[in-house]
Amino acid sequence: MIEAFDILLTASFWVAAIRIASPLIFATMGELICERAGVLNLGIEGIMVAGAFAGWITVYLGGDLWFGLVVAALAGAAFGLLHATLTVPLGLSQHVCGIGITLLATSLSYFTYRLVLPEVTSPPRIEPFQPLPIPGLSEIPVIGPALFNQTPLTYLAFITVALVAWVLYRTPLGLAVRAAGENPSAVEAQGISVTAIRMGSVIVGSALMAIGGAFLTMSAFNSFFFEMINGRGWICIALVVFGSWRPGKALLGAILFAAFDAYQVRLQQLTGGAVPYQLFLMMPFVLSILALVVMARRATYPKALMIPYQKGER
Amino acid sequence: MAETVLRLTNITKRFGPLVANDSISLELAAGEVIALLGENGAGKTTLMNILFGHYVADEGTVEAFGKLLPPGDPRAALDAGIGMVHQHFTLADNMTVLENIALGTQSPWSWKLDRSGARARIRKLSEDFGLAVDPDKTVAQLSVGERQRVEILKALYRNARILILDEPTAVLTPLETDALFATLKMLVAKGMSIIFISHKMHEVMAVSNRVMVLRGGKLVGGRETAGATRQELAALMVGQEVAFPPVEAVPRGEELFSLENVSTTPRAGGSALHNVSLSLYGGVITGLAGVSGNGQAALAALLSGTEKPLSGQIRIAGGEVSAWSPREALARGIARVPEDRHAVGSIGDMSVTENVISERYRSERFSRHGFMDWKAARAFAEELIRDYDVKCPSPDARIRLLSGGNMQKLILGRALDPDPVVILANQPTRGLDVGAVAYVHKKLLEARARGAAILLISEDLDEILSLSDEVRVIFKGRLSSPSQRGERSVQEIGELMAGHGIGEAA
Amino acid sequence: MRLEPKPAPTLVETFAYPLGAVVVTFVIASLLVLAAGASPFSVFALVAKGAAGSRFAIMETLTRATPLIFTGLAVAVAFRAKLWNIGAEAQLYAGALITVVLATGALPLPAPILIPILMIAAMAAGALLLLGPALLKTRLGVDEVVTTLLLNFIMLLFVSMLLEGVLKDPMGMGWPRSPKIIADAQLPKLIARTRLHLGFLIAIVSAVVVWIIMKKTTLGYEMRAVGHNAEAARFAGIPVNSVLMKTALLSGGLAALGGFSEVTGLKSNLTLDLSPGFGYTGIVVAMLAMLNPLGVVLSAIFVAGIFVGADAMSRTAGVPSYIADVMVATALLTMVVAIMMTRFRVRWR
Repeated sequence: MIEAFDILLTASFWVAAIRIASPLIFATMGELICERAGVLNLGIEGIMVAGAFAGWITVYLGGDLWFGLVVAALAGAAFGLLHATLTVPLGLSQHVCGIGITLLATSLSYFTYRLVLPEVTSPPRIEPFQPLPIPGLSEIPVIGPALFNQTPLTYLAFITVALVAWVLYRTPLGLAVRAAGENPSAVEAQGISVTAIRMGSVIVGSALMAIGGAFLTMSAFNSFFFEMINGRGWICIALVVFGSWRPGKALLGAILFAAFDAYQVRLQQLTGGAVPYQLFLMMPFVLSILALVVMARRATYPKALMIPYQKGER
Repeated sequence: MAETVLRLTNITKRFGPLVANDSISLELAAGEVIALLGENGAGKTTLMNILFGHYVADEGTVEAFGKLLPPGDPRAALDAGIGMVHQHFTLADNMTVLENIALGTQSPWSWKLDRSGARARIRKLSEDFGLAVDPDKTVAQLSVGERQRVEILKALYRNARILILDEPTAVLTPLETDALFATLKMLVAKGMSIIFISHKMHEVMAVSNRVMVLRGGKLVGGRETAGATRQELAALMVGQEVAFPPVEAVPRGEELFSLENVSTTPRAGGSALHNVSLSLYGGVITGLAGVSGNGQAALAALLSGTEKPLSGQIRIAGGEVSAWSPREALARGIARVPEDRHAVGSIGDMSVTENVISERYRSERFSRHGFMDWKAARAFAEELIRDYDVKCPSPDARIRLLSGGNMQKLILGRALDPDPVVILANQPTRGLDVGAVAYVHKKLLEARARGAAILLISEDLDEILSLSDEVRVIFKGRLSSPSQRGERSVQEIGELMAGHGIGEAA
Repeated sequence: MRLEPKPAPTLVETFAYPLGAVVVTFVIASLLVLAAGASPFSVFALVAKGAAGSRFAIMETLTRATPLIFTGLAVAVAFRAKLWNIGAEAQLYAGALITVVLATGALPLPAPILIPILMIAAMAAGALLLLGPALLKTRLGVDEVVTTLLLNFIMLLFVSMLLEGVLKDPMGMGWPRSPKIIADAQLPKLIARTRLHLGFLIAIVSAVVVWIIMKKTTLGYEMRAVGHNAEAARFAGIPVNSVLMKTALLSGGLAALGGFSEVTGLKSNLTLDLSPGFGYTGIVVAMLAMLNPLGVVLSAIFVAGIFVGADAMSRTAGVPSYIADVMVATALLTMVVAIMMTRFRVRWR
């Protein structure tokens, strides 16, 4: 019992928690932007796969790490463009299209992987992003290593949250995005194109999802393997709901969630196989459903979420 | 002659086979108020949506201050100084007044929204034009009248010099309407030009300099308001007068439906009912007058079975009702004609046949042991199409493709076919052409003659007054006492609609 | 750009647009084949040959189509009522799981009694699994897409746990798999010396039954009404929530039959790779069939043919077999656009 509690006080636990949280933060912010503009993006799972693959393969083929990240973001943006085109001007079912995007992005990644590496059985490794300790701050016990001795991508994740929050609440652009998710006709009446706002949001959001995927192959691990995303995208959708569509709360949710994930891994080692490991692996998914159930009544969702808009319609 | 600020030339717009605007030309002079008068569906809103860039005209041009406006670009219309107050407000409820007004007024690439500047400007405009509203409240907290002020402020904030108001009084109490007219006068005095869209004659006479009448998508005439008579305008507007049918006396029957001290749960977009008691009698049309949003929706939902009373009792033919649902309401012989025939009254992507049986598909007539009798269903659809003179290609056509009037006839036929004892008719003629209106009225009177109890909810006071044997007025979820035919004057009913005489205790 | 509803599509349109969707899919796939350095024509010829070039190939395709018919029907039924069941994968495993639990000796009954019992048990398991998300949707307003998706992962982990625990085959040499089911639980082969089994026939019968339910019964009418306009359906007195529950039971049960059929007809035991995504592919199958239950049979065979053919092709032509997954995903997206175009006219101004 004491041991189970002691885990929470170790630096390595918090380092792991923040590392696990990083890809979730990117992808959750991406989904949050889409949904704030009124579009549900179920392509998230596949877009994360595509991002993970695109970034990794770029580096494997000789690209710079940062260049790989840009390629990943562009791949995500491309799928975002596809999803946006289908769901915004054409007004097609966001559910069905999202699932289609996930299937397409995943299968295209696997196809390309096999095309580039037809024979290999175990995927080759790349040199991933290395931790970049921030002088001074990283010396603080527990918090220091967790927050200030991570890879640049983790810092980028936190910066992204701040940026998303600033843009959404403090800029004219963010105002338009939020209004597009609340009442698109208000946006149209003020001379702004709902189509442009929504499509732009989905494209940018999808790029962020892809960066979240790329974090796994370029920072957390150093190679790409199938089933790597393993439901993380779906969890991020639950995190957006859990965070009531607010960047700060969603960040908190992601960290809480990741801490729980890191904790269960350690608890698993502690119990030494007395409890089936699958039960631990199930916890994130069960937790996500619980989060949805708890927030269902409380959350104030964007009023126009999942409602297509046609110009001139009121 | 003042300078022409706005010129529409030969605007034509078609939606499929329907010609919504047929070569319409219009000129607005500086400081002028033009009333655009016409029935629902005459093409007023379409015309304004073209002017504002929501729609693109098939033919014709729009010029503002001598410059041609590019089609389909609301931003260009805004930049040219045109502001529009839509009939259904275009406000985001969960955002503040300031956010709603500032939306789209600052460069989207600016790194910071200038809130304090916007706030100061809104305060100044509020004071200058007497449009009091707190910029930091969320829209959801505002009354309907306040929301309209926000819409006008949106236009003023952008330095609009031409203001278009689409049916601005539909949601206002008479008092709020007066305040709006005062504001409009002030705006005109400061050099604003206004187009005022309405189908209400007295408003048109009260505010405009010139009246343009639209009918069936065509501009059928223009008059100086000062020299025009109501009769003349009415004739222009409808082509033929809406002749309300003669109402013959029918003996008052038993009480068939009643509410006793019924209250309902608070709802979005309208009042809940507070302690309402209402009795409907056989052979009696009870008309419910009132400004929309005052509890009509709650009352209609109650009769339809979609809402249960929070407290109080529903009685049908004297007996207490315990379980209450749409299915129960139908089983007890209540026919319902819903307000929104597209979203509630019909299932657009299903066929006429599938729609006309939707309330009775479980009856012996249309199904046995869980299996549908499509032959009987289709025969019923054909019967309704014939009896109600519905224009439709076939019973298999998707109902979405029918015109409003034909759709309403089918909904009416579906409701009236089982000879209901109680009928709820909620805005039964809204948006219909004259012929269809007369048909609906005829059918309601036939049901009355048969001894059915009818509740007629309408925003058209003329309709209420000419059809109803008994009139009640609803205000903020409370009902006035009943008055018999001819007992109260139009003015008295108007007073009640504004809430005078409907007390908390009543 | 605007969308305007248009009158009932002509017969030509009804077929032309979906056909166009398939053509676009093949064009996109051709680009990928070119990228892989092969000739699209020879590759598609190889796919066709692998899918239908011989008696064996055809039987393989039909065998592969069997579970897809079940999951396709499950999705078609659910989507018709706008119940977004993306959890056919989990429901399929639920059906397989209960089959294995009951058929490995727990019920020593003769085949004519045992097999119907197994079918009913499997359907019940799948139905129950979807009931949860359906209840959460109607009672609490929790989006069923996410809950059914998450349940897929939970179910797979649950199966994995059992396969390494109580259900582990003692003779399995450490592999996570269940013991074999008894002979009486195994479905007979339809044609000797092929893998095609009775499950295929059950799938066809299921499709006909579902078609009858959708077209001829009050339940089918209710489901369609709820799917097209739930508010109007509620107003007309259709009990929307109870219809959604019935839809969930039917949909979950159909997907679970897929699991039952794979175990009793093909695999004889349960492993973690019982389904290579049949549940997700079912969505594509249903959409390609425009949610028509009889169309599901054809589209399942078509999709199965692509998978079987691509497997055969990749062994000889060197184009990764994942081309099949890409094609299926592309077909889903092009099909959604095609369906829209049969119902709406796109006006560019």
